Amino acid sequence: MAAPLSQAELTQQLDYLLSPVLSSRRTTTPLAELLAALTRAQQDFVLHWIEVIDRSNYEMAYQFAAAAPAALARLDDKSVESWILNALDTYDRDGLYLGSQVFKQIDAWLPSAANEHAATFEHYAPVLELYACGLAGRRLRLDIAAEPYTDTETLYLPPRIAAFADTAANFNLYKVIITLLWAQGRYGTFHTDIVSACAVYADLERATTLLSHFETLRLESCIATVLPGVARDLARLRGNTTDSRCAVLQNPAATVRDSLKLLAELYDVFAAPALPHHTALRTEATTTRNKRLQRERSALAEALAQMLPEQSSDKAPEAAAQDRIEIKTKPAPGTAGNFDVEIRLDSLPVTPPEHVAQLLDSILQDLGEIPDDYLHASGSGKQTLSADDESAGDGKDMADDEAGTHLYNEWDHKRRHYRKDWCLLRELDVAPVDNGFVEDTLTRYRPQVAQLKRSFEMLRDEDRLLKRQSTGDDIDFDALVAGYADLKSGMELPERLLTRRHKAERDLAALFMVDMSGSTKGWINDAERESLVMLCEALEVLGDRYAIYGFSGVTRKRCEIFRIKRFNEPYDNTVKQRIAGITPQDYTRMGVAIRHLTKLLNEVDARTRLLVTLSDGKPDDYSDHYRGEYGIEDTRQALIEAHHAGIKPFCITIDHEARDYLPHLYGPVNWTLVDNVERLPLKVADIYRRLTA
Amino acid sequence: MGTRATPLNTRPLQGEARIIAAEPYYEAVAGEIALFEAAHASQLPVLLKGPTGSGKTRFIEHMAWRLKRPLVTVSCHDDLTAADLVGRYLITNNETVWVDGPLARAVRSGAICYLDEVVEARRDTTVVIHPLADDRRMLPMEKRGELLQAPPEFLLAMSYNPGYQSVLKELKHSTRQRFVAIEFQYPNAALEEKIIRTETGADAAIAAALVRLAQMTRNLKGNGLDEGASTRLLVHAAKLIARGIAPAAACHGAIAEALSDDPEMLCAIDEFVSSVF
Repeated sequence: MAAPLSQAELTQQLDYLLSPVLSSRRTTTPLAELLAALTRAQQDFVLHWIEVIDRSNYEMAYQFAAAAPAALARLDDKSVESWILNALDTYDRDGLYLGSQVFKQIDAWLPSAANEHAATFEHYAPVLELYACGLAGRRLRLDIAAEPYTDTETLYLPPRIAAFADTAANFNLYKVIITLLWAQGRYGTFHTDIVSACAVYADLERATTLLSHFETLRLESCIATVLPGVARDLARLRGNTTDSRCAVLQNPAATVRDSLKLLAELYDVFAAPALPHHTALRTEATTTRNKRLQRERSALAEALAQMLPEQSSDKAPEAAAQDRIEIKTKPAPGTAGNFDVEIRLDSLPVTPPEHVAQLLDSILQDLGEIPDDYLHASGSGKQTLSADDESAGDGKDMADDEAGTHLYNEWDHKRRHYRKDWCLLRELDVAPVDNGFVEDTLTRYRPQVAQLKRSFEMLRDEDRLLKRQSTGDDIDFDALVAGYADLKSGMELPERLLTRRHKAERDLAALFMVDMSGSTKGWINDAERESLVMLCEALEVLGDRYAIYGFSGVTRKRCEIFRIKRFNEPYDNTVKQRIAGITPQDYTRMGVAIRHLTKLLNEVDARTRLLVTLSDGKPDDYSDHYRGEYGIEDTRQALIEAHHAGIKPFCITIDHEARDYLPHLYGPVNWTLVDNVERLPLKVADIYRRLTA
Repeated sequence: MGTRATPLNTRPLQGEARIIAAEPYYEAVAGEIALFEAAHASQLPVLLKGPTGSGKTRFIEHMAWRLKRPLVTVSCHDDLTAADLVGRYLITNNETVWVDGPLARAVRSGAICYLDEVVEARRDTTVVIHPLADDRRMLPMEKRGELLQAPPEFLLAMSYNPGYQSVLKELKHSTRQRFVAIEFQYPNAALEEKIIRTETGADAAIAAALVRLAQMTRNLKGNGLDEGASTRLLVHAAKLIARGIAPAAACHGAIAEALSDDPEMLCAIDEFVSSVF
């Protein structure tokens, strides 16, 4: 084993790695001093991670270096790793301050009885999300925060719960807290502005804590009517801490006003017991709720206006909606907080479309009724719609707009871990260009196109009747007559006496992913477009389902996928003009493109799904570390994911250096090099034919 | 068809046609009974749309009982051909014998023929369905050179689940536009509780808890589940509970495992169960 590095050697390396965050007052000497006491393996481990964390942030790397010796002394290997990864995830999500906080809280990762049985949000999030979604019926996001609270759209939960020495009990506490936070929205905790109501007291924090305690008691009885199982858990967690003064809250009909009244009476005298399922009450809840109410109100007005039959368009829509639609709600029998909604249009009951029903349900959860003035189709409804339309058309300017965008993880090979929701991807349309490109191409390659079509026709499978089969749908009378003659002459009756219909089922879907990076500018772009024309001509003969998407982008925040032809789109003039309109864009962040197209391809029901990439070089992106090994490893990971999803990836490239990295990405055989760009148009369709024959 | 692999020993199968003697329990949601009766009287075919377990098959049985017609049910699958519906030649004792398929038998006897999950059948079945479903009301029997004219009592019904099939299995417009469509939704909570109680004798609390559980799973449709728990699954769970199985185990077996194989989803559904009971 190699000897440990000396303090001087360490100082030199640390100076190099951490130089951007050093100053005359902050040097690496104290760090090196501590690190010098470690074994060589530990030193290498720390230096390796400093280098990795450097890619995210130098200050984070410094904080890590400062905390590492203590962490290595106290934590086991596994805990150290999860400590680092958690800090990096926190940094990616919440920034430097919270990220470096994690490095300082080594104790939380200490192995102890409670920690060993802790339930972590990260581990249980998938189940908890399903649970919350099933509970609420409207989408609730889950996220982590130091103490649990809700803004009525997101439920914030602690990152880990270690209240009990039993994982199941800790997990159950998550579930109880989710139910409680959901119940706050469902049973009207935020019907009044509770935070201002508490602000009249001298100690705001004491007031909200007390109110939260009272609300928990009140909600327990509401929950008992619909979810007796959770109510039992709540009662168990509460133990016998209940004060007889709070008895009024045990009536399921009690409201938040009763809790506020109790707060006024008991503010000076009551001590709220510390309970594991305590939740905080925050102002955000009221503001988010009000925003949502406004949004849903205009959405409802718009949806209702659309439900009106067409002939009413001559009247003013506002008047029409209010006069003709009537919404009746009555509490559903047996279940508190649930409603039966009846919509009448011109006094006839109608079944609302699903999105209207969901809106109504969401509004009912917030308000407990549909107020009459909600039927006024407020003029703003139409405006919202047109505003949305415009922003959707102008893709590049909506960087911060969440609509129509997708978030994807990215693989960091150094961390051996995904960076969560790292890439922001948008789907855009290629603007069609009417310049006769497709026609020109077809004229230029007329003989080749004809030949291509012939070779694809041979591939086409056809329905035919197979004779003399051992299994089949019908009797093959010719075989039977011959067989009967055999039988009469003393031979055995042959087995194969049936006919069977052979069904042509070339059950194949192919998605072509075209490199639209800046490096394709010029003749490569022409060759790509010509290839696509030839490919489409050939595939139309074959009848395979296929789609074409282009990809490009700049940095992880602006990854772009360009729609050229979707699976369900016919190969028509628009598609032809989009092919003509393919222009070189920016860079080649391949991993995220593969992940998105894998998702699209997965939605297609086909026995074989092919993802064919047309590329001119290595994955690459501007400014961040995508170029080189990082990008290659992320692309490889994305391809592995695609493979796991049952997709067969294949790559057609014109890069002469492809041999150096494509076998690593696609495997030894699943790629091919077309070394002469001019031949690309003739080759691509042919490669596809060989691939699927 | 694998079961007909030994031609000389094949015997014609019968028995899918039946007259329903006792009234099948059916709880009407809206005017579907009157609509079906009117369609039958007008000799119009009927398409039942709706998710699995929402009562389509029960409804058709109820209507067959109500109209006093025999019911021929064909469960369609992706190997079901036109010949399977119309009939085929079989060989017995050195001669060929024609055997009517279920559809031909239903036409001859003026029955109700119910093609369950019709989109699963092969495309060539439309050849026989189309002339039967429009005003010709004829069944062409190509191999016999015969055209069967359907009597007025005959009714063709099929079921179709628009929810979960792939785009490839959409019902073609030329087919669907020949039919009077009746849409089936899950009944509202009160009605669904009543159905569970009537079918299984479960008490009100269990029925209410099961309906709440179903609503929670239906909230997950599109978020991990293709389909929420159907009324049929609730009835199954209630029956198991009535036999003394603990609610958690009964719901796990009858509902959770029936809806998903995904461990996380199973865990979430089990948590719903432990919450509502």
